[in-house]
Amino acid sequence: MSSGFSRGKDGTIVTVFEAAEVSLLRSLVSMMLGIVSPGQTSDDPLERALGIGDGAAPSDPVLARLFPSAYEDEKESVEFRRYTEATLRDGKRADAQTVHETARPGRAELTPEQAQAWLRALNDLRLTLGVKLEVTEEVHEEIAMMSEDDPRYPAYVTYDWLTYLQDSLVRALW
Amino acid sequence: MTIVWNDPVNLMSYVTYVFQTVFGYPKEKAEKLMLDVHHKGKAVVSSGTREEMERDVQILHSYGLWATVQPDSVK
Repeated sequence: MSSGFSRGKDGTIVTVFEAAEVSLLRSLVSMMLGIVSPGQTSDDPLERALGIGDGAAPSDPVLARLFPSAYEDEKESVEFRRYTEATLRDGKRADAQTVHETARPGRAELTPEQAQAWLRALNDLRLTLGVKLEVTEEVHEEIAMMSEDDPRYPAYVTYDWLTYLQDSLVRALW
Repeated sequence: MTIVWNDPVNLMSYVTYVFQTVFGYPKEKAEKLMLDVHHKGKAVVSSGTREEMERDVQILHSYGLWATVQPDSVK
């Protein structure tokens, strides 16, 4: 398994991945690019040009977690979402794209900006899988107890691996 | 006020790091806030004008934290 991330000379972040890990990461961020594709936009051409959306809360639980409501009050939440969701989607797409472009087998170096993009993209992937798998804070114990024949096993192991990678990146950045 | 809520996915290390990076808090303060979120279910992470809170929430959402704006006075 990958040793994850470490700090190289000049404060760069070093990644060491195997080819199979790079394939998995690329397919996961490709999925993410689909999830955070440009959303529902306003019917008004000017609002559309300015990236102002319709502000409706997503019914999909993954999108609801990636773009949470900012207010308890429904009306205020819609207003906030109208003006922010398009920018947030753009940011998540850019982060996923950076991972797709910089994930490579063997040793590679990331700039500080790329490392931040990786950090957020790994979190988006964990949030997405976490919602789909309905993980709890006891997820690590659950995986330890889970049979390898369990149909959920591969997804849980992937989640656990992403957790390991993200934690290793945080520690390399500190 | 900006509130961050506990969720089962975000890592304790990551949440601490985000508080340090986004707000420039020293590690001790960031860790204390992260532990409040973890143990009490939520924590106030910043306060200021409505515009400032909305900016903070948007940045926290870009990092995947579950953050909300709590208006100071209820209308």
